[in-house]
Amino acid sequence: MRIWLPLDSFAQAMGGEEVAAAIVVEAKARGVQLQLTRNGSRGMAWLEPLAEIEVGGVRHGFGPMTLADVSGLFGDLAAHPKALGPVEELDWMKGQTRLTFARVGVIDPLSLEEYRAHGGLVGLDRAKAMTKAQIVAEVTDSGLRGRGGAGFPTGIKWKTVSEAAGEQKYIVCNADEGDSATFADRMLMEGDPFTLIEGMAIAGLACGATKGYVYIRSEYPVAIRVMNDAVLVAREAGVLGPQFDMEIRVGAGAYVCGEETALLNSLEGKRGVVRAKPPLPALQGFMGRPTVVNNVISLASVPVIMAKGAAHYKDFGLGRSRGTIPLQIAGNVKFGGLYECAFGLTLGEIVDKIAGGCFTGRPVKAVQVGGPLGAYFPRALFDTPFGYEEFAAKDGLIGHAGLTLFDDSTDMLAMARFAMEFCAIESCGKCTPCRIGSTRGVETLDRLARGDASAMPILTDLCNTMKLGSLCALGGFTPYPVMSAITHFPDDFARSKEAAE
Amino acid sequence: MLDSDAQTDRIAEILDAHLGLEGPLLPILHAIQHAFGYVPDSAIPQIAAALTISKAEVHGVISFYHDFRDKPAGRHVIKICRAEACQAAFGNSVADRAKQKLGIDWHETTPDGAVTLEPVFCLGLCACGPAAMIDGKLVGMLTPKSVEKLIDEVVK
Ligand SMILES: Cc1cc2nc3c(=O)[nH]c(=O)nc-3n(C[C@H](O)[C@H](O)[C@H](O)COP(=O)(O)O)c2cc1C
Ligand code: FES
Repeated sequence: MRIWLPLDSFAQAMGGEEVAAAIVVEAKARGVQLQLTRNGSRGMAWLEPLAEIEVGGVRHGFGPMTLADVSGLFGDLAAHPKALGPVEELDWMKGQTRLTFARVGVIDPLSLEEYRAHGGLVGLDRAKAMTKAQIVAEVTDSGLRGRGGAGFPTGIKWKTVSEAAGEQKYIVCNADEGDSATFADRMLMEGDPFTLIEGMAIAGLACGATKGYVYIRSEYPVAIRVMNDAVLVAREAGVLGPQFDMEIRVGAGAYVCGEETALLNSLEGKRGVVRAKPPLPALQGFMGRPTVVNNVISLASVPVIMAKGAAHYKDFGLGRSRGTIPLQIAGNVKFGGLYECAFGLTLGEIVDKIAGGCFTGRPVKAVQVGGPLGAYFPRALFDTPFGYEEFAAKDGLIGHAGLTLFDDSTDMLAMARFAMEFCAIESCGKCTPCRIGSTRGVETLDRLARGDASAMPILTDLCNTMKLGSLCALGGFTPYPVMSAITHFPDDFARSKEAAE
Repeated sequence: MLDSDAQTDRIAEILDAHLGLEGPLLPILHAIQHAFGYVPDSAIPQIAAALTISKAEVHGVISFYHDFRDKPAGRHVIKICRAEACQAAFGNSVADRAKQKLGIDWHETTPDGAVTLEPVFCLGLCACGPAAMIDGKLVGMLTPKSVEKLIDEVVK
């Protein structure tokens, strides 16, 4: 008997390890020969831990599992109190276009055999038969843009590195994923690590780089373990080797190290301060050598592009946002998790139809899109289609595609203050607008909270200075959450002195 | 606690194992913290000499990163997520209850040395927040009540 139970952090946080242990004990007690596969998560966080068992060749789901539900997995499955039916038939699964996440939750993350059986390594094999320029052209044609936040075309970045002179070049994967409301990188690394390895190997071929690094934040112990194991398996099987090999590195709890130049400094063993650009990392990156820095999802989308062709990928999407995007829906949400679909759904469709609104059952007041540097969107802007340009046109950004829902009990002044506080805590200290501006921002918001309306023009000025004068987007984009909160929720900032006292 | 000779030897071993890496300092600091629970000040000259960088540089790196400690933590470390998605799920009330129950604020350790409380900015559990990490174990969907219970279990 085979049972799948995720090793994914969502499942672990909801008691998955205890359930897994109980499944083993129960099987033993019943004398059942058990094959327990620790898969990735399907992305339905509210159903974790989600057990799966094959019934008539179709995987059925049971969740969220508690210890009390374990024995039922060995009885009449149709009568199981947590039976959900065929997993792929659930509304959440049916609505998706899973290209990058096609295998996550499906296969055993560390089985190269299952990886291959589900279409893995087809892209790398195809790339091996192509020239560097052909691979770069394929990725460029797909329209893939960086999923780390800035949305820079991946193929163009690769072209620069590919054509740069240099004995030693590097592929660096940015797995720092520090944004609140994001977990796509984590889920991919935990659930289908070979896809990232394959994507990096293809990048290596395209750019003439023989060495890769994955910089994973220390807050992700499960992803670190799975990636390390996967690298060993891949090396053993010859997928990694002298032609291209990689190392897993671990961050040390600094949000700013997600910024690519700070990340490179950190990887070199320095303080994670931001470097001025130019020089571009593509030309003088890790150790001063030509380096591709790409987000996990950018790199992990390359294998399917190479396997199915640029046109297949490019066919999905909207405007200049091509392909699919793994939405990460979080916060005060009824159905939260990862939902991969073509660009172009409206914010309202995502919030009301897919996410089902807030778990408190109260109205959604605001959605922060794009992490701590992203803007707060009110319901009045829920018709905004999910795409890079579309969100920019509304003074927002999609960032790494995390969405946090807040209900109507939220105090937006407090959220604006938190944005400034977070910037102050995480600033690398190199530039003044970010380092000092954020601290002043907290003080100014405290004045507003005390009913001192004269602080408002000072805050607006401060935001402008941070926007224009910061070295990177930490200081430069912190004004997005602050100003959007002020613009869309003015009532929360208009405190009378009496009320404040 | 190791005596100082044993500590020097252990650090020398760690340095040896990492010197072949490109950019070895962070892996070295992680390994030292893993071995001792913190990065002892006395390790700094030894690291600096091995990497031929200044002591100030090593110190600068250690102090830059939130993860590295210059003194031991409590016997248990509770990290509670303070980031936006967990706040949206009422994480502040969980953090407040934990502080109240432990009688300490962020970055502090209880007087008996049992628990250190730290903020963390996202554990990637944002769809099942409020989230925390207790001695390396992940927990989600916390409530003020459940965090109290978890603290009881940890300190007992
Ligand atoms: C403060 C800050 C934090 C960032 N954090 C991340 C991160 O955690 N992961 C990421 O991929 N990109 C992050 N970025 C963006 C990177 O600087 C860079 O644009 C990205 O890694 C490039 O890869 P891509 O083109 O594949 O998106 C951050 C940027 C800033 C300014
Ligand atoms: S915001 Fe708390 S786990 Fe991500």
